Amino acid sequence: MTATVEAPGQDRTRGRARIARVAQRQGALVILAVVVVAATFTFDSFGTAGNLENIALQASFLAVVALGMTFVIMSGGIDLSVGSVFALGGVLAAWGAGHGTWAAVLLPVVVCGAIGLVQGLVIARGGLPPFIVTLAGLLFARGLLLLISDEGATTYKVPPSSAFRELAQGSFLGIGYPVWIVAVAFSVGGLVLHRSSYGSTVLAIGGQEDAADLMGLPVLRTKVVTYTVSGVLAGFGGLLMASYTSSGVTVLGVGTELEVIAAVVLGGTLLTGGAGTVLGSLVGVLLLQVIRNVINQIGSLNSNWQAVISGTILLVVVTLQRWLATVQRE
Amino acid sequence: MLETRGVTKSFGGVHALRGVDFALTRGEIHALVGENGAGKSTLIKVLTGVHRPDSGTVRFDGAEVEFHRPADAQRAGISTIYQEVNLVPLLSVARNIFLGREPRTRLGLVDVAAMNRRAAELVGSLGVNVDVTADLGTLGLGVQQMVALARAVSVDSRVVIMDEPTSSLEAKEVGTLFDVARNLAARGVGLVFVSHRLDELWRLCDRVTVLRDGQRVHTGTLAELDRLGLIAHMLGREISEVARGGATEFGETHLREQEPVLAAEGLEVRNRLHGVGLTVRPGEVLGLGGLLGSGRSETVKAVYGALPVRSGSVRVAGRRVRPNSVPHALRAGVALLSEDRKAEGIIPDLSVRDNIALAVLPKVSRGGLVAEKRIDALVDTFLRRLRIKAASPAQKVRELSGGNQQKVLIARWLCTEPKVFLLDEPTRGIDVGAKAEVQALIDELAEQGLAVVLISSEMDELVEGADRIVVLHDGTVRDELSGDRRTSAALLEALAGVAETNEEGGDD
Repeated sequence: MTATVEAPGQDRTRGRARIARVAQRQGALVILAVVVVAATFTFDSFGTAGNLENIALQASFLAVVALGMTFVIMSGGIDLSVGSVFALGGVLAAWGAGHGTWAAVLLPVVVCGAIGLVQGLVIARGGLPPFIVTLAGLLFARGLLLLISDEGATTYKVPPSSAFRELAQGSFLGIGYPVWIVAVAFSVGGLVLHRSSYGSTVLAIGGQEDAADLMGLPVLRTKVVTYTVSGVLAGFGGLLMASYTSSGVTVLGVGTELEVIAAVVLGGTLLTGGAGTVLGSLVGVLLLQVIRNVINQIGSLNSNWQAVISGTILLVVVTLQRWLATVQRE
Repeated sequence: MLETRGVTKSFGGVHALRGVDFALTRGEIHALVGENGAGKSTLIKVLTGVHRPDSGTVRFDGAEVEFHRPADAQRAGISTIYQEVNLVPLLSVARNIFLGREPRTRLGLVDVAAMNRRAAELVGSLGVNVDVTADLGTLGLGVQQMVALARAVSVDSRVVIMDEPTSSLEAKEVGTLFDVARNLAARGVGLVFVSHRLDELWRLCDRVTVLRDGQRVHTGTLAELDRLGLIAHMLGREISEVARGGATEFGETHLREQEPVLAAEGLEVRNRLHGVGLTVRPGEVLGLGGLLGSGRSETVKAVYGALPVRSGSVRVAGRRVRPNSVPHALRAGVALLSEDRKAEGIIPDLSVRDNIALAVLPKVSRGGLVAEKRIDALVDTFLRRLRIKAASPAQKVRELSGGNQQKVLIARWLCTEPKVFLLDEPTRGIDVGAKAEVQALIDELAEQGLAVVLISSEMDELVEGADRIVVLHDGTVRDELSGDRRTSAALLEALAGVAETNEEGGDD
């Protein structure tokens, strides 16, 4: 590559900026590694294959949702509906399982995708703020869920004979299917974000929407697609959960949207959009899950500590990100 | 090649364009000038598909065209470079150049290696040396502007419209930009060039079209027109009338026998200022000259306490001001009109009245309640005194012209009853008529005993407006011009840092 136009004296600051940039994008990975290593030495039961596999499996449901959220935040938006949509997807899947495996898979994906599509259309065409539109989506999805489950009193069970259970309970090479699904989904997501024109457009919209528009990029279409995919993935996360628990639990997903947003931001995606990585979000989800697991290991600790610690870490990471961003700029 | 015939466009009953004919030919660089509100931006927006004309036609290559969106115009081969760079700062240079048209691998994925290679070739061919993998936002504005041009070149544009591309560039960058523009013209691209810096037009453009009040008043070659003639067309005044007042509206030298009211010494700001000092007396206008990056804005910000200084002192009326504290500077009587009025000053959706009142809210409030009547009286005074053209004090500031917005800001600071007024490029980006008014106003304020520090990139403004000119270079005072040496020639030499003047320079 050609030399830069800057004076040689700025090499050092450039080097610092590069380190700061890596730290900003991969900070969560560093924390994750430290926590995992520390926990492995502290708790005998943490580092076992069974426990690690359990963490990965538990994290996979949120990870699917976080993937969609990553694209939404990257585009400068926010999707508050995912928690409710996640729960709705689970209930629909459990209900559908009574009518066949295909119904269990297709029903939640189609319904949740449709919710995402409508949100995307209103946000893109109507120019309304995503916060409000997806807040409406949150209420709508939660209401729909309560309607079809007699205000949450009916918990649909996946029939014991249904092949649908296999989706989340089965495993390959000793690792549960959900983990494999997450691995594939994030690989595809990474390619889409960094190597497709859709991905570039998402980043451009998040970075400078006016510019993206003036460059003639398909801004509206990209937004619609992004929110639709977020809806589909939230629904899919829910259906995986239903398959795993063999039932459509109606009380799930309350506050999940916030947990997912936290994971994405922990992973280094700028909440203002325009920059970040898909892998970072996965790390963010894993970090939250590891913290939860560690707190469970300390049997005496109230499980609510998990939220307290996660919140603290989130605050520290965001503050660090801000600080690192100023270091980069200097 | 690209022309409009009888284009008319109005917004809510206000005619922005009335039957404008405009024609751009292959390979020419065509200047488009006019005061703010003359219709330049609207014409550009019609050409680029942002607006559609109410009547009249746009023709491209002899055929009538209708652009519904900016993307349509782009596809047809018309690119626009805006005043504020319209690219994505968080993406790399190469990504920005190829957004939407990335080279693909056989699998349909973006071919990053090819993209970077082609981007490097492209910017190289434009004579720009830059790491194409660097995030755009980490680069200077000049380089960003070049990247925007590179993008225009890469889409094989046949028409490139440049809307005030130089307003944030340094002299050297402007030179490179012009080279690139000429290069494009030689390849047969037609360029439309808009700039408030009139001097640039003669350096670059072949022909000029002047708009006034939404109408075309003149089209012709620039060589046949001198600066005065051009201004006369823009203002619609007689040439003799323009000449009488010089090129600016500044009056004669002011009184300055008193003790300095502002004395700054040895201001040090990391990487920016190295021991800058200056003094201003009441009733004096001190010009602060220097190229972009020389530390002009940093100096006034440091005086104002908005930029942390490592060392140095600021005294106002003999009393030392606590460093790095805007409230203390304000209380001591220092006001700063910052360069970027959009980002750092005006609140577009608030009324004229509320914008003016912001700075004095603490003064006119008692127990958290605002004395509305006192504000009304204050605002009325300033509207009259500064001749602010607003329908009423309740009108929203966004609806005012750039010049009047600037006056509203000046009024806001005057409310604080400053002793020292720091003005950072007060006339940038406002039209010729309003410029003259702002200049006359600065003059008037100085006559009334205010000490003024005036930063300007326009040499005329410094030479005619200031009593003394301090020239900065790389964060140090390089020269001070007063008396006989207060001429454009001397200023140019000082700015350019010509060897002869170096010996006597830096004598503060």
